[in-house]
Amino acid sequence: MGQSIAEKIIAKAAGKKTVQTGEIVTCAVDLAMIHDSGGPRRVKPAMEKLGVGVWDPAKIVLVSDHFAPCTDAESAAILKLTREWAAEQGILNFYDQQGICHVVTPERGHLAPGMFAVGGDSHSPTGGAFGCYMFGIGATDMLGVLVTGETWIKVPETIRINWSGQLGTGLAAKDMALKMCATLGMDGGGYQAIQYAGETIRNLDMLERMTLCNMAAELGAQAGIIEPDEVTAAYVEAAGGTPGDWRDFQSDQDATYAVTHEFDATNLEPQVAAPHSPANAADVSAIEKAEIDQFYIGACTGAKLGDLKMAASILEGKKVAKGKRLTIAPASSQILTQATKQGIIEILLDAGASLLPPGCGACAGYGVGVLAEDEVCLASTARNFQGRMGASSSKVYLASPYTVAASAVTGHIVDPREVL
Amino acid sequence: MAGRVWKFGDDVNTDVLAPGIYIKLPLEDLASHCLEAVEPNFASDVQDGDIVVGGVNFGMGSSREQAAQVLKALGVAAVIAPSFGGIFYRNAFNLGLPAIVSNEIDQIAAEQELKIVLKTGVIENITTGKQLAGEAVPENLMDLVEAGGLVPYLEQKLNKKG
Repeated sequence: MGQSIAEKIIAKAAGKKTVQTGEIVTCAVDLAMIHDSGGPRRVKPAMEKLGVGVWDPAKIVLVSDHFAPCTDAESAAILKLTREWAAEQGILNFYDQQGICHVVTPERGHLAPGMFAVGGDSHSPTGGAFGCYMFGIGATDMLGVLVTGETWIKVPETIRINWSGQLGTGLAAKDMALKMCATLGMDGGGYQAIQYAGETIRNLDMLERMTLCNMAAELGAQAGIIEPDEVTAAYVEAAGGTPGDWRDFQSDQDATYAVTHEFDATNLEPQVAAPHSPANAADVSAIEKAEIDQFYIGACTGAKLGDLKMAASILEGKKVAKGKRLTIAPASSQILTQATKQGIIEILLDAGASLLPPGCGACAGYGVGVLAEDEVCLASTARNFQGRMGASSSKVYLASPYTVAASAVTGHIVDPREVL
Repeated sequence: MAGRVWKFGDDVNTDVLAPGIYIKLPLEDLASHCLEAVEPNFASDVQDGDIVVGGVNFGMGSSREQAAQVLKALGVAAVIAPSFGGIFYRNAFNLGLPAIVSNEIDQIAAEQELKIVLKTGVIENITTGKQLAGEAVPENLMDLVEAGGLVPYLEQKLNKKG
């Protein structure tokens, strides 16, 4: 019987020819990605208690992003501890205040097709865009990986999601992701592996594929994965990585899928998720024209170079509505550099946006740019749970960077195609 | 184990269990905000040995294990739900907080007393006298429960090797 790409990668990591769904196997980890919040500060005490160091410093990527740059003495202490731990453990790949782990790790060439990787963050399925089996784990789970180089996994079933048709103008992978959340629900993935396939997916660039895999987390999947192709290989190579034998990591023709869902991009409308769940997504035309206080373009989900370009395409020559604020936190320093060189940042600033340093910013309420009681935000981030971006009475709507930027111009939620 | 029930709805997420704006605070301070967005009295009124019963996808969202850790710190003995956020489920066992999958939570109400047998997943509703089915905790996770979490488990394993 054929194997899906997820099964092939897990089998390789488990040192087996094939694996059966539902079987619990122990896998060797090719890469462990950790950040300042769930990383050193959480694993250091237990590592000291156990009296052991990391299994392989070269297979660890450490990124300070959640509290970076720090906003007070507590977050400063967390970053200080992070740096000290990196030095103590001889972590070779430590990116301090260079952006968000899910974006920095692939853009520095650390991901390649066929890798079995874990990340200390729920949006780690982002790595699936590169043909990796990558999933998020908590800090103690990560501690186990850091000291043994292994972890267990219950071999997931693969859920296939086919997309056909061409995305319209003013639409993005974010709209596709929100559409899937609305249709399948936040437990639609059932902690199994989602494989995105079909012509629409093939036509997406790597940044858009990352957005889709990133939001596999919102579908409740363990991983989201896209079979690697020439587009993947070209990105990995340009990032300084090694695409390797990516042709080996494709699902077999006769692979078994738990279920196959079909979506059509042709007539997809821009999607907006009302508070407090991504699964509340609906066509923008069906969403009430809520008044918004803060427009936010940020996060691993919504502030990559492509996302900033989308926002700039709307905002060029326009202004943010009076009395409103548009806050932008680029997902990495590399993105900020490229966006600056390409004139994108100038367009955004001219429109009246305020710029935050690269990092997780306000997305999870850890950094700068959070919301006051009863404030309402429209964000290009992944998640809008109650109180996530600040005060517990604040509200967050989710949309694509196009929709956030267009709505910032009008002051309330609009269809970006009316502004383009 | 046996304890008194706190009952919650579907999709209880990690941001309401361990709100991001308090995440850098010491655990006991963070714990005092646990579930406040949906049940303001929970953190102050929950008692040692209480059992949290949630709806589908309990613990969905972030990988922050504080979501499970605050429940444990507040004295919660176990969590029961028809399904769990996958990362939360792993985190709970890693921290020594058992998570039991059961589709019969509609036969459990707040304030009732439950008794759970982890190895079989059987839940006895002491208040109603009914026996409810749950999934047996997998063997590899029972090892963690018995050790008291992943760190003590690793400690035993590493000591054996050494």
